[in-house]
Amino acid sequence: MLLLTDREKEIPSSEITPRETFEAFQMDRRSVMAGLGAVGFAAALPRMARAEQKIDGLVSTQYAVPDRATTPEAKAKSYNNFYEFGEDKSDPAKNAYKLKTYPWNVSVEGLVAKPRTFQFGELFHLRPMESRVYRFRCVEAWSMVIPWDGFSLAELIKTVEPLPKAKFVQFISAEKSGEEILPSGIDWPYTEGLRMDEAMNPLTLLTFGSYGQTLANQQGAPVRVIVPWKYGFKSAKSIVKIKFVEKMPPTTWNELASDEYGFYSNVNPTVDHPRWSQAHERLLNSNSILPKVVPTLMFNGYADQVAPMYAGMDLRKNY
Amino acid sequence: MKVLVHLLCLLPALFLLRMYFNGTLALEADPVNYITHFTGDWALWMLLGSLAITPLRRLFAGLSWTIRFRRMIGLYAFFYATLHLLTYVLLFSGYDVAAAIAGLRAGHLMEPWTQLKMIWPTMLDDLKKRKFIQVGLAAWVILLVLAVTSPQKVLRWMGGKNWARVHRLVYVAAGLACVHYWWLVKTGVRTPWNVTAVLTVLLLARAGFTAMKKVRVGKAASSF
Repeated sequence: MLLLTDREKEIPSSEITPRETFEAFQMDRRSVMAGLGAVGFAAALPRMARAEQKIDGLVSTQYAVPDRATTPEAKAKSYNNFYEFGEDKSDPAKNAYKLKTYPWNVSVEGLVAKPRTFQFGELFHLRPMESRVYRFRCVEAWSMVIPWDGFSLAELIKTVEPLPKAKFVQFISAEKSGEEILPSGIDWPYTEGLRMDEAMNPLTLLTFGSYGQTLANQQGAPVRVIVPWKYGFKSAKSIVKIKFVEKMPPTTWNELASDEYGFYSNVNPTVDHPRWSQAHERLLNSNSILPKVVPTLMFNGYADQVAPMYAGMDLRKNY
Repeated sequence: MKVLVHLLCLLPALFLLRMYFNGTLALEADPVNYITHFTGDWALWMLLGSLAITPLRRLFAGLSWTIRFRRMIGLYAFFYATLHLLTYVLLFSGYDVAAAIAGLRAGHLMEPWTQLKMIWPTMLDDLKKRKFIQVGLAAWVILLVLAVTSPQKVLRWMGGKNWARVHRLVYVAAGLACVHYWWLVKTGVRTPWNVTAVLTVLLLARAGFTAMKKVRVGKAASSF
């Protein structure tokens, strides 16, 4: 049960693990992992469970992926691109405990009539949450099927009343902590953006949880967006600021390599990434060793809901 | 001793097999990606290992016995590179392993080949379009040539000088393998740094020795 009406109640002090206990647990875990080697994967699970809480009162939803099995939860929570916590997709699950998700505020600002800084609890309780199963397609040509818990970003946007001048929404993630020994060239913090109509599309989900539990740190806790018809990197994690702007905002991967990652980055099997084909994807939704390579769907299978937004646009140019 | 080196070189492959049989490999989020990186990494490290032997011997006279294992480690580099290539062909490309196995079980011996033919155009297209695959394949072809010409008999048949000339291609293969890695990863990813740094040191050591040799030869000549 998660009672988040005000700051004091976010986490009762009785529930906060004393630092010593937590560190002892970490140490313990490390030695267990070292001892078990490959089996250490399973040993990582208790910490995840500790960090996450069940989300109550999820309301029913029309969003499902009936033709594909859901990705095993352990896989979805151990294979994450979250460069702030390491470059290998297994790194964030090991390192993201460093992310301090409490207290957490989200500033909603820019070209809006009612700018406001939300305490996390306020945002969490803004609207009833749905558990929506979405296809999740990474630009690296693998995909998952994940139940995300949250409500449409549009619900939040409506409460701050954007001005007519607001044409784009920018998301800014939590600052990366720690120094880089070898420079990555990435200008932290991570930032992403959507066009206003994309942000208002009911599919765009302000996401607080997955699999009925609050987000694991490596998934971008405590709050992120999920934009299911775009490549995964468009779905900003651990958001601290949502800004309404007039011009197309800079986005992290586009700044780093604009020929590889466009602003739109809609899932599109006909436009290849320079280094790999986007026509197919490896569907990671079972514990089978054999790969399941399936054709990638236009707009990741959400063409009915989103294609009209791009009518008349050259999607080869606006990749 | 030889058995020990064999075992050491086989250890990564045995580790992978163990992961397969105890089920942990299937539990990896993306088993195919895991196998690809695992075999690719070990191909590179074996290659760098075999390249490290000559400089180490020159630096430490006590290590001159390691020359006996240079070829063997080089062949293991080829072994892991081949596994890496097979991973691409059989697991990465969309090849239907399940159908191939089912076909074999049903007595259709040509089924694996039929499946390969189905995926062949995609692979050719990949090869045509993607530079990182081209350099990776080039590195493997070099290793194949070196592996085929590695037996003592072939050396004698080719003559030492020719043989040495061909086998110097190993440096090209190592360079291509590093480029393959860099071109594969996303911008901003630095994981190939360690192998690149090691290769650079080894190449510099080689250049250093050559330069020193020239100086020594020059001095010897001028003293006459």
